[in-house]
Amino acid sequence: MSKKEYLREQREKMIREEGIIFLDHVSKSYSTGAPALDDVTLHIGKGEFVFIVGDSGSGKSTLIKLLLRELVASDGSVFVMGHNLAKLKHRQIPKFRRNLGVVFQDFRLLNDRNVYENVAFAQRIVETPVSEIRRNVPAILATVGLAGKYKAKTKRLSGGEQQRVALARALINNPSILLADEPTGNLDPKNSWEIMKLLEEINEQGTTVVVVTHNREIVNAMQKRVVTMKKGVIVSDEEEGAYIDED
Amino acid sequence: MKISTLFYTIKQGIANIFRNKWYSLASIATISACLFLFGLFYAIVANFQHMLLTAEEGVSVTVYFHDEGDTCGEHAEGMIPTEERIDEIGQQIAARVEVSDVKFHSDDEAWATFGPEYFGEDYAVGFPENPLEGMDSYEVFLSDVSLQDTLVTWLKSLPEVRKVNYSEVTANTLSGMNMLIAYMSLGIIVILLAVSIFLISNTVTIGIAVRKEEINIMKYIGATDFFVRAPFVLEGMLIGLVGAAIPLGLIYALYNYVLNYMLERFTMLSTLLNFLSLEEIFRVLAPVSLLVGVGIGFFGSIVTVRKHLRV
Repeated sequence: MSKKEYLREQREKMIREEGIIFLDHVSKSYSTGAPALDDVTLHIGKGEFVFIVGDSGSGKSTLIKLLLRELVASDGSVFVMGHNLAKLKHRQIPKFRRNLGVVFQDFRLLNDRNVYENVAFAQRIVETPVSEIRRNVPAILATVGLAGKYKAKTKRLSGGEQQRVALARALINNPSILLADEPTGNLDPKNSWEIMKLLEEINEQGTTVVVVTHNREIVNAMQKRVVTMKKGVIVSDEEEGAYIDED
Repeated sequence: MKISTLFYTIKQGIANIFRNKWYSLASIATISACLFLFGLFYAIVANFQHMLLTAEEGVSVTVYFHDEGDTCGEHAEGMIPTEERIDEIGQQIAARVEVSDVKFHSDDEAWATFGPEYFGEDYAVGFPENPLEGMDSYEVFLSDVSLQDTLVTWLKSLPEVRKVNYSEVTANTLSGMNMLIAYMSLGIIVILLAVSIFLISNTVTIGIAVRKEEINIMKYIGATDFFVRAPFVLEGMLIGLVGAAIPLGLIYALYNYVLNYMLERFTMLSTLLNFLSLEEIFRVLAPVSLLVGVGIGFFGSIVTVRKHLRV
């Protein structure tokens, strides 16, 4: 084994054991235009709360898609919970994603089903026994403040309530990492704060939380780690950071 | 897979049909329309072929042998067959692939049929002896009229055979019609298939637009391809089943009605037209339609979902 190979193995072992997110000189190019990510190296430890900020086109969404293994890096390696995502086979992806909770700006709920069914769906795909689903769903709905609304159709809920349903769905399988892509983008300030408080509580219970956001007020107020991106590169990475103005 | 997952999949498959009721209705209507046309076409072609087959079964070739009393002039040695030789030839004819049945008619039998037909019941009075003496013959029925020429050539090559009666026009007409129907059936089936595929692929495209988001969500939260696909496939198969059952029901209700109407309206045709029964039509049409319907639903849904599983 060459020295290079030995070092790589040691690094991968460390990543596996630490259970973190690690982007190692990652670039991602699409067929046209400049690369969406350009030689990005990012390390997120277990139990961290990280904001990823930046303008449109800065590469935030590409980063989330890489972490979800929706995209594969053109160059470099992406490690999540010990998995080298480039080496993950198609049939292994579902099992990998079950350890990730995901929340989107547009909620992405199954709008023809009620609140209970939306949340229970995440447990059905991991084949949780029905009796447990019946116990777990009301409990998680109570945690996100929707105990009385389990029968409601999601279309009839407010934006804040819909995001809580999405959050409950993301959390019900106890994921190690929660990825939130602009979770407050469609919400008023009050609801935005409530969602962020919930994310903070989840983080306090040990879940690693990565939030992509534009919300300057929240980022500045929460005093968490802030990674700022611009044109596909990380321009700053600060503990207890603040939203940096573009200008 | 757990039993609860199986039940969930079945429940979701059925629920999907009602959730997307307009899409389901459009799919059912498309499949029904295609299979109704197919059923209609099959019923017409099957009946036509049945009539042709009945007509073909009636086509026969008659073989006469040399006899001392016949009018063909002098006979070379061995041309006049003995009774044993006639039996032997009969067996040879029966063994040929072109032949479905052979009937021997002795000269006495021939006169017993021919006499009263042409001269009335008192025919025997005017003919103290059998005028058809020595006219023993075989009536040969064909398994396939298009093979008549081969059989006739062979029969004519036998030295004992004096004459072969056959109708070239009838055989050629029936054989030609058979070919025409075969080509027409093939052509129409190809057109029907092409139209069906076009219509169904359009419906599937609409389905994709409706389902894309739903499939994406399922994949994002870690559903396996099987878990995503199974309810859709079940839904597709159920839609295909209903889509096939509707035209079968329609044809079931219409077939006897149309048949009776035609026979009443064109009474003179009733002796000529020999229709297949509804049971005979359904023996082929029902399993084929159901299989095609369920198959279209199965493959249609697999294609619809597969495009979005690579998330």
